[in-house]
Amino acid sequence: MLVLVEQSLNGLQFGLLLFLLAAGLTLVFGIMDFVNLAHGSLYMMGAYFAATFVAWTNSFVLGILLALGATLLLGILLEFVALRHLYGRDHLDQVLATFGLILFFNDAVRLIWGPAGLSLPLPSWLTVPVQIVPGVFYPAYRLSIIVVALAVAAMLYIVVMRTRIGMLIRAGASNREMIGALGINIKLLFTLVFGLGAALAGLAGLMQAPILTVQIGMGENILILAFVIIVIGGIGSIRGAFLAAIFVGMIDTLGRAFLPDLLRTVLSSAAASTAAPALSSMLIYLLMAIVLVVRPEGLFPAAKR
Amino acid sequence: MKKAFWLAGAAILALAQPASAGDTIKIGFVSTFSGPTAVIGNDMRNSFELALDHLGRKMGGKPVEVIYEDDGQKPDVGKQKTEKLIQSDKVDFIVGYIWSNVLLASLKTAVDSKTFLISANAGPSQLAGELCSPYVFSTSWQNDQTPQAVGTYMNQKGVKSVFLIGPNYAAGKDMLAGVKSTFKGQVVGEEYTVWPSQLDFSAELTKAKNSKAESIFVFYPGAAGVQFLNQYAQAGIKGQIPLYTAFTIDELSLPLQKENAIGVPGAQQWVNDLPNAENKKFVEDYRKKYTGLRPTFYGAQSYDAVNLINSAVVAVKGDTSKKDEMKAEMEKANFKSVRGPFKYGKNHIPVQNFYLQDVVKDADGQLSLKTVATIVKDDQDRFVDKCPMK
Repeated sequence: MLVLVEQSLNGLQFGLLLFLLAAGLTLVFGIMDFVNLAHGSLYMMGAYFAATFVAWTNSFVLGILLALGATLLLGILLEFVALRHLYGRDHLDQVLATFGLILFFNDAVRLIWGPAGLSLPLPSWLTVPVQIVPGVFYPAYRLSIIVVALAVAAMLYIVVMRTRIGMLIRAGASNREMIGALGINIKLLFTLVFGLGAALAGLAGLMQAPILTVQIGMGENILILAFVIIVIGGIGSIRGAFLAAIFVGMIDTLGRAFLPDLLRTVLSSAAASTAAPALSSMLIYLLMAIVLVVRPEGLFPAAKR
Repeated sequence: MKKAFWLAGAAILALAQPASAGDTIKIGFVSTFSGPTAVIGNDMRNSFELALDHLGRKMGGKPVEVIYEDDGQKPDVGKQKTEKLIQSDKVDFIVGYIWSNVLLASLKTAVDSKTFLISANAGPSQLAGELCSPYVFSTSWQNDQTPQAVGTYMNQKGVKSVFLIGPNYAAGKDMLAGVKSTFKGQVVGEEYTVWPSQLDFSAELTKAKNSKAESIFVFYPGAAGVQFLNQYAQAGIKGQIPLYTAFTIDELSLPLQKENAIGVPGAQQWVNDLPNAENKKFVEDYRKKYTGLRPTFYGAQSYDAVNLINSAVVAVKGDTSKKDEMKAEMEKANFKSVRGPFKYGKNHIPVQNFYLQDVVKDADGQLSLKTVATIVKDDQDRFVDKCPMK
């Protein structure tokens, strides 16, 4: 039972992290109708910025705040310089251009920081395990990821559902032409949304950095999961991204945790332990396939156009 | 300075000219030069180049030409690159291969064309057993040998039970099988993770912690080793359940693992401080040529590969068509290995010592690896009897 609690926390933590990445992606995709493959590069840049600024300032919190600001600025700059010229284009053009950006960022990082990768050490107050319920110790840092991500999710909810900006964002997701016709500065709105998405991706990257290492191409594998999440959740829907991300995080972690033992009851031990990881990594894609067949618009689609 | 430029220019021109067959010794080198594990490929290339420098870039009086190819850590790409090197570049030797799955995919192409293949790292059990070939040599080990040594060391320490974690590919399975073959205690759990995409080991660490095992054994080469040690320390079990490793801590991962690696033992056939003259020269010159970098066991094996090839080429005076004579010469392991002298088994896998290595602060105040003890002497892999060669 206690194991289940701990593994569920692992799943929740992973899911929330995916949410941060998917939220930005779904905003940009849903509102601007723009496919941004370079979203994973912003995740990587967030991690590199954090590792650099933490080393410079010698303060974990300060470094992370600086990195967040830097990723936001980078996102706005990127939108301003390159991506804004692609909005009217075909999705294929956008995919090609943003794929080019992935290569650009990977090589830029190789030039600036070198090929070996960086590490982002945690301050000592985040490295101790915390007792959540009697008998269950959980790493403080992973716990803090859960707290921060939940706070960000709540903030996003308030901004999107309760403020004027949020209203415009939602309106943009439902009908872009109409809000343009109503005199809203859609260019500025897009820049803002893109910057926000970039900052969220950067936050995901820098929070993941102390757990994983900071390395070139770190955003590419996880970007696929983020796309899966927005497809499951419904494109453009923050609520969908949130629920789907937690769902995917749970399936991935619980699959890895319990599938091997489950399989061992029917298969030989050796066959089970090699089949289980392969099978558990397939589960998420199976889920996506089922969702696409049963509800192609996603489980929690944004308001209809 | 100017003269150096002219020389470099001339050298490039010379290389660009199509070499007629037999004028040069052509070596193909397949390793990973892109992606997160590119640092390993770079270290192998650095050491390979250094060894060629030490030979004056000539073997048996003939200039050496090396063609480097990137496998991207993917078996299908590795196979393509191997085919390209053998079929269109017509190399005399093909060297490299970090990953067991890449090597296994590429093996048949080399063997069928009777091109000598020197594995400078990967050592899948099949290569030592049923797939052994007269044209394949290893300057590393068979995968099981290193973890077998770790298992033996755990017996010496009186460890009663272990939880095993490793990646789900050819080498991962060999490694865990290797520990199991020598470890006398109880194996309470065995987990495989998706390779190379899975980098978060929270689910596996939680299971290990709850299994009440007395120790954990892992095999995570490259960046994954950094991630595993990070998460192992963050989960707070570093003080509670001791960790034993194979190929998880090396000179490439250590600058990122830092304190997390202190007190975590591993086994290796080569450590940078092994006291033989050849090794001193290798380590010193490497650090001189590539400022700020330190050689790893991957590099040491690549350095040995050059000298193994050189011994064969010198024996036939540069006539690489004499394959039988070259094979006979290489079987003698008649060169000065940086790991110290060793012999080849009939399956062309080294019969060699394995050392216990530990992480310490060296004279410069940097973390480095140190030989603590010899765990096993003249160890022969356990698949040699499955090899039909004599």
